[in-house]
Amino acid sequence: MKAVVFALRSFGRELRSGEVLVLLAAVALAVSALTAVGFLTDRIGKAVARQANEVLAADLRLRSQERVPDEWRDLAHDYELDTAETMSFPSVVFSGDESALATIKVVSNEYPLRGSVRVSDTLFGEQRTADDIPAPGEVWADGALLARVGADVGDTLAIGELDLTVSAVLTYRPDQSIGFASLAPSVMLNIDDISRSGLIGEGSRVAYALLVAGDERAVADFNEAIQDQLPESVRVRSQEDSSERAYNAADRAQRFLSLTAVISLLLSAVAVAMSARRFAHRRMDTVALMKSLGATQGFVISVSFVQLILLGVLGIAAGSVIGFAAEEALSRILIDLMQQADLPKTGLRPIFLASTSALILLLGFALPSIIQLRNTPPLRVLRHDVMPPAPSHLFVGGLALAAVAALLYRSVGDVRMLVILIGGIIVIGGLLYLVGRGMVALLGRARSGVGVAWRYGLANVARRGRDSAVQVVAFGLGITVLLLLTLVRTDLLEGWRQTLDDDAPNHFLINIQPHELDSVASLFEASNIDRPTFTPMVRARMTTINGESVKDREYPNEDGKWLANREANLSWAASMSPSNELIEGEWWPLDYAGPPLVSIEEESATNAGLKIGDHLNFFVAGKEVEAEIASTRKVNWDSFQPNFFIVLSPGALDGMPATYISSLRIPEAKKPMLIGLVRAHPSVSVIDLGAILEQVRGIIEKASLAVQAVFLFTLAAGIAVLFAAVQSTIDERRFESAMLRALGARRRTVFLGVMAEFAALGTAAGILASAGASVLAYLVATRLFELPYEFSPVIWLAGVSAGVLIVCLSGYFAARGAVNARPADVLRSVGN
Amino acid sequence: MSDHSLSGTQVLEAHGLSKQVSSPEGTLTILSDVSFKISAGESVAVVGPSGAGKSTLLALLAGLDLPTAGHVVLNGSNLSSLDEDGRAQLRAENVGFVFQSFHLVPSLNALENVMLPLELAGQSNARSAALEIIRKVGLEERWSHYPAQLSGGEKQRVAIARAFATEPAVLFADEPTGNLDSRTGANIMKLMFELNRSSSTTLVLVTHDQSLAERCDRILSLDVGLLVSDERVAE
Repeated sequence: MKAVVFALRSFGRELRSGEVLVLLAAVALAVSALTAVGFLTDRIGKAVARQANEVLAADLRLRSQERVPDEWRDLAHDYELDTAETMSFPSVVFSGDESALATIKVVSNEYPLRGSVRVSDTLFGEQRTADDIPAPGEVWADGALLARVGADVGDTLAIGELDLTVSAVLTYRPDQSIGFASLAPSVMLNIDDISRSGLIGEGSRVAYALLVAGDERAVADFNEAIQDQLPESVRVRSQEDSSERAYNAADRAQRFLSLTAVISLLLSAVAVAMSARRFAHRRMDTVALMKSLGATQGFVISVSFVQLILLGVLGIAAGSVIGFAAEEALSRILIDLMQQADLPKTGLRPIFLASTSALILLLGFALPSIIQLRNTPPLRVLRHDVMPPAPSHLFVGGLALAAVAALLYRSVGDVRMLVILIGGIIVIGGLLYLVGRGMVALLGRARSGVGVAWRYGLANVARRGRDSAVQVVAFGLGITVLLLLTLVRTDLLEGWRQTLDDDAPNHFLINIQPHELDSVASLFEASNIDRPTFTPMVRARMTTINGESVKDREYPNEDGKWLANREANLSWAASMSPSNELIEGEWWPLDYAGPPLVSIEEESATNAGLKIGDHLNFFVAGKEVEAEIASTRKVNWDSFQPNFFIVLSPGALDGMPATYISSLRIPEAKKPMLIGLVRAHPSVSVIDLGAILEQVRGIIEKASLAVQAVFLFTLAAGIAVLFAAVQSTIDERRFESAMLRALGARRRTVFLGVMAEFAALGTAAGILASAGASVLAYLVATRLFELPYEFSPVIWLAGVSAGVLIVCLSGYFAARGAVNARPADVLRSVGN
Repeated sequence: MSDHSLSGTQVLEAHGLSKQVSSPEGTLTILSDVSFKISAGESVAVVGPSGAGKSTLLALLAGLDLPTAGHVVLNGSNLSSLDEDGRAQLRAENVGFVFQSFHLVPSLNALENVMLPLELAGQSNARSAALEIIRKVGLEERWSHYPAQLSGGEKQRVAIARAFATEPAVLFADEPTGNLDSRTGANIMKLMFELNRSSSTTLVLVTHDQSLAERCDRILSLDVGLLVSDERVAE
């Protein structure tokens, strides 16, 4: 108790004297960075997820073959959730004598709950966002459908017993699926019209859906509440199982964000560790004095501990306020940049998390030094060179690593990434330290050949051997992170963006008959569009694997069983698609004409337990085809190219009834040519991928913006670390430069000496950081994001220049005061 | 060794003190078999050339360090039988220090530095007691200054005020004028002897300065770790 009172009282004094400000600032910075980054990643992450949710046009969709009973809608309302109803079914649409099959989408007023519907006022004209749904008596129809039946805006379409006026061209609805199930173009009409249509009744194939959206927590609660209650006929879908592609993009965005959060965490950890070390070091004299004046070990440690906690609390309070304010400001800017009406709100969780993180860091990094203070010999009051025995490296390192790992795990959330990160940190840290020591030794030897300033600087580097190496590690880690954040981040984002380049196909053509190929191709050529590549497709069923029936066979997992038993689309090709990568085996020669071979998509092969050399039998249009597995491939599904799980060698499917599919890019201005195409080839379906592409691209753009905003904060934390590193040696430097100047050195000489030392440290740190950043970037890119990575020489140039520049600059500002201080003042104050 | 103690109670006893440290050149003997007794109220100077072992002796007498052989009895307690906290407790109750390099806490102002040992001892009236003694050392105008804002002489006054604040039985002073010019040094010593007399504290003063030593009741001379003489100073 006495210790607590004493600690409280003297803490006020220490605050007033400015003695603890460095550590306080480090903690405040850590908390503000973590808070801001936490808030932003949380909110942006939710915004991105919300965009992925658009694929459902809701947060949750309850789907059934019958109308979803009202009790579920009422229950959703009890949870204060919004609901909308939809129905969809295939039906033939007439315009005069022309008719075409369409997907009828019936919607209620609230539709869509997420995302928005877009329409245009003319065929293939400019799009606008629709604020409502078609009025009763009106219909919005897909351009391809209108083209097929020869109608336009203002004309009348007959659907069942209804005659509806086309009031707009439907260009996009958030829940339009690109699955082959809904090939037919959509028409959208008001739910109030449907009862008069005569289309709903016994035997009609209507899919009913109740859409639900609202507050994230409420949605989750609602979802949990209905899980076991729903009748078997009702299926629930949430975002995770909706569009895989959009979800993949959102997932990657989340990884980018959490990576940035992790980096801020690491930087904060380093800043706190350095300041804590200085804090403990500076307390050593006071502790020795207090012990000589009769303070017990318990008292000393209690006082230090209480003060450390007080410092943490104060730093956390200040940091939370700064972080919260910064986040508010940043999110305003982001809302503008992202063109979002608002970012989803988040609770106070980030403040809580940042605060506990900072406390854990503070304790993890400062506690060993504080505990060690207890052992400061009181003899230090008489002999300044007497130090407490150094705490065990295992204890210090273990505690610090445990603190970092605990925090990282929370942000990273998966063990593999955690291991990669921690491993990277340890390896780079250890390597930096070893090489740092080596360099320090080399620098020490170099000093006989240089002028006095450099000799002094290099001698300093060598004399502080261990400390210099530690500084090289600190600077090196800081620069590694900065390199990762600047260069590598750009590379990664660029690589990601390139997976969806501007030339990515935006249309699929399906169901092209073999005899139509030439005439379809010539239509494109007439419009100056490159002749599309047509890929053949044959419906088939797998019958046996190595002679064993697919029905009786055991599979490694359910996916594999499903794959083997379903009706599959087969294709054949002479050469492998550029969006595929050969994993195992060999692709057949271009002119291959031997017995049928087959190439399987890698994941399916694993799921179904298939390997090179296995024999597969397919039942195609009444005939058996046997093929031997020659290779496995990895397929880039993001490429929007036609791709198949199973591809056979040319000739294997000759004579089988095939249709062709193609994907191609049609520039916006040339879209009207599709009207002619659809009229000339009514059986060909055109699927517009533009909307999906836009959705995925939107997610990527938003995520990059978010990462950049968050990056600003992390950058600040990084520079603070370097500053803290210099600050931690400032007392010694002040004394040394005073002494040198007392000995007659000019200020310029002393200053050059200090700069020489920083330049040497900066070079060493820069070289090591470049190596570290290259390796880490490679690992992160290839292992985590599954993006290709190219080693860049720019990293080395940037690393070393950044090392010298940053270390010298922060050294300059931090050491300027030390060099300029009046020697007499410094020397006199040493013993006080 | 002759026993020069007066009839008063023994406040400090050194019994066969030796101190050895290991160094790269082998074991180094700093003090060898030093014994003496000091009575309450006595002022004793410890003199000798550099490296004679004066500061080591002081550290052992105050329990800041432990001897390799022998033991110290401070106010009736054998220091070697106490653990570090026990010795700290004993110091809190019985010992004051004045150091050559002052050792003020840089983050505390003059008054707060003086309050420090009082607060450590749990005194409730620390502030008023500290102000009182600050006045005695003539710093009432500068009590709110931080060490960096004080001159060397002023710092040492604060240190002396701090040392006397708890009214210790024994005051250890390690070259208290070593960092001061001769005039300031003389003033400081005058102040210290005055306070010593008025509070009847026992003073153990380590110094190079023969004239300063001669102002004490008794002089212990050390040379290469041996106690070579123990003389009373003629009045």
